[in-house]
Amino acid sequence: MNIVVLVKQVPDTEGDRKLDPSDRTIDRTSVDPVINYIDEFAIEEALRLKEEHGGDVTILTVGPEQATVSIRKALSMGADKAVHVCDEALHGACAIQTATVIAKALGTVEWDVAIAGSEATDSRMSVVPALVSEVLGAPQLSQARKVSVDGSTVTIERVTETGFDRVQAPTPVVISVVEKINEPRYPSFKGIMAAKNKPIEVLDTAALGLDAGTLGLVNASTAVVSFEVAPPRAAGQVVKDEGDGGVKIADYLASKKLV
Amino acid sequence: MTDALDRLDLLELDADLEEENRLLRDTVRKFADDRLRPNIRDWFEAGELPARELAEEFGALGVLGMHLEGYGCSGASSTQYGIVCAEIEAVDSGLRSLVSVQGSLAMYAIRAFGSEEQRQRWLPPMAAGRALGCFGLTEPDAGSDPGSMRTYARRDGEDWILHGSKMWITNGSVADVAVVWARTDDGVQGFLVERGTAGFTTTDVHHKLSLRASVTSQLSFDDVRLPSDAVLPSAEGLRAALSCLTEARFGIVWGVTGAARDALAATLDYAGTRTQFGRPIAGFQLTQRKLAELAVSLGQSQLVARRLGQLKDSGRIRPHQVSFGKFANVKAALEICREARSILGGSGITTEYPVLRHAVNLETVFTYEGTHEVHTLVLGAQLTGLDAYR
Repeated sequence: MNIVVLVKQVPDTEGDRKLDPSDRTIDRTSVDPVINYIDEFAIEEALRLKEEHGGDVTILTVGPEQATVSIRKALSMGADKAVHVCDEALHGACAIQTATVIAKALGTVEWDVAIAGSEATDSRMSVVPALVSEVLGAPQLSQARKVSVDGSTVTIERVTETGFDRVQAPTPVVISVVEKINEPRYPSFKGIMAAKNKPIEVLDTAALGLDAGTLGLVNASTAVVSFEVAPPRAAGQVVKDEGDGGVKIADYLASKKLV
Repeated sequence: MTDALDRLDLLELDADLEEENRLLRDTVRKFADDRLRPNIRDWFEAGELPARELAEEFGALGVLGMHLEGYGCSGASSTQYGIVCAEIEAVDSGLRSLVSVQGSLAMYAIRAFGSEEQRQRWLPPMAAGRALGCFGLTEPDAGSDPGSMRTYARRDGEDWILHGSKMWITNGSVADVAVVWARTDDGVQGFLVERGTAGFTTTDVHHKLSLRASVTSQLSFDDVRLPSDAVLPSAEGLRAALSCLTEARFGIVWGVTGAARDALAATLDYAGTRTQFGRPIAGFQLTQRKLAELAVSLGQSQLVARRLGQLKDSGRIRPHQVSFGKFANVKAALEICREARSILGGSGITTEYPVLRHAVNLETVFTYEGTHEVHTLVLGAQLTGLDAYR
């Protein structure tokens, strides 16, 4: 069974993340780039499925040149090879464009299961796995906290507000996983050294048969209209209790229309 | 803390890390932050370490004996091994000691001086962390002068009879195999003594004020009968034992830069947030002088470690150069941690901050693996051609 993991490189959530004021896209230089946190769980799940069922694990990343660092890390965890779609024309691509590119790139690999994290920590839209399924016309198994495979049937436990649903689909199938699903492994030293020699196929949009003129920021289906840096937290207001503290607090809440 | 680490890297040494070395550093740092750092206060305060569980985790990371070739070891460069030692010792010198003794003393001795059968039997499980080793050279009455050791092995037919004791042995009571050095009629030789061999017992050293997150034991050999194949066939004389120590010292040269860096990062954070006389104490000239001196000293230590890594990776390193590194870096790390403690004031004497814990650990590191005094005399002999102690 061959597995593709959709891995996104994002700015480290522990850094001071910014948008670039010139075109209102993510400023990828201001903060260290890392593998999207939940994607590490997707990689781990793929490695576990490979250990159980055999096959290859391929990392698929759409992103700028610096995404190579994250791809190498994914390879050092134990994935076998990678496809990196890297094209300046994709700068500012929206979720629909990204899903289209991913779907095309999946066409260059033999796969039975594609696994993604359920959301990215930068855009937080949680739509790309569903969009990829839609573009491919493949079934989607989303928000999985458990994945099991029996022949060409994949069963997951989908997390719901009250518990979980058991959902089944035939391969090829797109799965998104939540962070409850497993505990991602650390790359081993041998894995780090082996990753140096694993193949990364770099493709541009032309190689995928896409017209660069239809992609990128100017063709995006969504736009950041404006943004502001969050104002610094203002000093709090001290209410001194002179026997009427309760009344003062109630008045304050009433003035904010909270009671 | 990340911010403090960036600020401490005044010489931009981080920028020169090769891609896989950066990934290695980041991986071990994350492992340390996730698995070691949250527990280290408890281990240190209780004076207990889950050494066997930790060994398996270190084994899965692939850092045990990582700089050795073959037999399940990774063949890493010395610099890569050094990077790992620094990240582990940034949490605690006791944890780095566990890794050093396993990889650079016990495994190195078996790799360098063991028979093919001994290597096949012990190195793969030791690399995986399923088996632990220790290294017995020091005795209650033989420290800096190991040539005066009393532990003696005599022939009895094909067998050996080992008698004596070893002191201050890291991993001693948790080890599956002890590399033990003993006098014989043909000079000093090394022996592999398995846990459970009749007459071989261990007693842990308690009441330590330093390296509390490390197992330290006394090994006793009461006429222990060993088969002829227990001897390390290629280890000829005390020189073989001492070469293992040179190997382990190299890890210390790097490791202590981690402890010093961690102490200084915590101190820099503290100084920036602790307010007295209406402003952060980091803004006072006395504090800045301390911070500047300590950060410069740290950078110098890191440069020494890198230089020794280059020398070792090019196969040119000489024992006195490792002495240079241990002499310079342990002294610097100890002074950094002691002085940094003064910036933390009263908070500095608790285990809430790592600074004094690092300092008291480094008191041991100052003395073990060749005392600071012996390394001084090694350097003195190198400079003058006159041997002051032999």
